[in-house]
Amino acid sequence: MRHANPRERIGWGIAGAAVIVLALLPVAWILSLSFKTEAALKQSTLWPTEVTLDNYRGIFQTSLFTRALLNSIGIAVLSTLVAVLLASMAAYAIARLDFPGKALLVGASLTIAIFPQISLISPIFNIWRAVHLYDTWPGLILPYLTFSLPLAIYTLSAFFREIPWELEQAAQIDGATPFQAFWKVIAPLAAPGVFTTAILVFIFAWNDFLFSISLTSTDSARTVPAALAFFTGASQFQQPTGSIAAAAMVVTVPIILMVLVFQRRIVAGLTAGAVKG
Amino acid sequence: MSVRPAARLTERARGERRLALLLCAPAVVVMAAVTAYPILYAFWLSLQRYDLRFPRRSAFVGLENYVTVVASSRWWEAVTNTVLITVVSVTIELVLGMAVALVMHRTIVGRGAVRTTVLVPYGIVTVVAAFSWRFAWTPATGYLVGWLHIGTDPLTAHGSSLAIIILAEVWKTTPFMSLLLLAGLALVPEELMEAAKVDGATAWQRFTRITLPLMRPAILVAVLFRVMDAFRIFDNIFVLTGGANKTQSVSILGYDQLFVGLNLGLGSAVSVLIFAIIALIGFIFIKGFGTAAPGAGARR
Repeated sequence: MRHANPRERIGWGIAGAAVIVLALLPVAWILSLSFKTEAALKQSTLWPTEVTLDNYRGIFQTSLFTRALLNSIGIAVLSTLVAVLLASMAAYAIARLDFPGKALLVGASLTIAIFPQISLISPIFNIWRAVHLYDTWPGLILPYLTFSLPLAIYTLSAFFREIPWELEQAAQIDGATPFQAFWKVIAPLAAPGVFTTAILVFIFAWNDFLFSISLTSTDSARTVPAALAFFTGASQFQQPTGSIAAAAMVVTVPIILMVLVFQRRIVAGLTAGAVKG
Repeated sequence: MSVRPAARLTERARGERRLALLLCAPAVVVMAAVTAYPILYAFWLSLQRYDLRFPRRSAFVGLENYVTVVASSRWWEAVTNTVLITVVSVTIELVLGMAVALVMHRTIVGRGAVRTTVLVPYGIVTVVAAFSWRFAWTPATGYLVGWLHIGTDPLTAHGSSLAIIILAEVWKTTPFMSLLLLAGLALVPEELMEAAKVDGATAWQRFTRITLPLMRPAILVAVLFRVMDAFRIFDNIFVLTGGANKTQSVSILGYDQLFVGLNLGLGSAVSVLIFAIIALIGFIFIKGFGTAAPGAGARR
């Protein structure tokens, strides 16, 4: 790479620029739509000639969107916190402790990672109605936990293997119990891995559509991706294009910020363990 | 796992076991409660006649629901669509993903910018991206129909709808593929490439004879994850066509049986069949490429 000649450099540079444009084009389009006036939405130009904030004002005046945004934030944050806590505990056991059934646990959680979620919709729909979890926050948090735990456990145990565990033994020699050694010494060292995992879980929960649209029926738990399907125009003759675009941008902003700030962590998390097999 | 008599375990080893089980228990309970129990319950429901409009008329009907599903042309249409979308999009993603991985690996100027922007499609909400594609192809509104001078709505015809669904899927998931491949590329020793270059190997020969064979495990993991994921395709189709013009996937069909058809018995039969297909694909992958499967490394 250091020996690349100028022509090669330019070639890779152009390829890189092409990748950036293609990756951002659909996002730029939604951004552009969200600033377009009602009339401009009927012109197929890429950029608006006149910028308006009407679409944003409109969606923040409807409880359909504001309530969904609140649900999205609350459910994603709670799912992330609980998933990271449970996954950290399990990953510590997998990375550090000797116990029967470890291989089974790793295998079973990987099976869940590829589990077809649609297969669970019918039974969970029925069970949730019976136990009053249908259309509630916990009713969505539970499936989000389930489907993020495998990846979280896998990623975290990969990170935990890299930690200098002699420190744990040193703590135990100094009289700490196994739990104290875990909580006081290792937890702070594990923080970067935990943080990376938290980002991945948050993105997963923030992204979900299938569970949200199947397991909610009112705005008491419906998240933004599902709410977008229920958007209507200001009158029945108007298309909700502008409102959908504005709402879509609002839920995209946190993702863009995370990507910008935590790029390295996300890449490390996605690839942790995946190539070591 | 070696079986040791409990009596001979030291106090410390027993404490370690107890701690391990305590630490794993909450995660295991949640995962089992939301997957293992419901899938068994789905199997039970699939053997019942259970129409949500007429719950009183529910009865055990054995395999009748399965017969109904397998005999319907919509099921086979959905299976064909799903397989087609999976095979075509994963193939395109593998080629494009490899190209993007090479770009990220080789670019010197703006490397960070490329790596950051490819995370945008990965991170963005699938439904948001799907709406972007839908509006882009909507006549009078979309920039793509404007650029390509398309008069009719491409999302109202079967072939063009499937093509747009695949386009949306490829755009969204190629970054994930390319990041896994990039991690594999990083494991290819630079000295080996330099040595081959000195020996007169062309760039293409170096790629096919050195890079690809060394990346085999990374490629298999990436393809396995993507095949399983593509087979579940739901969000993109829901937003782009809603399953109209014969563009249903198996997931869309399962959803419709439950929420449009209001038939829990038939919906559960579809659920169990999808589960069986996924299990079969997973089994073939693990058997075929055992050592490269994820999890093989987790027991080091």
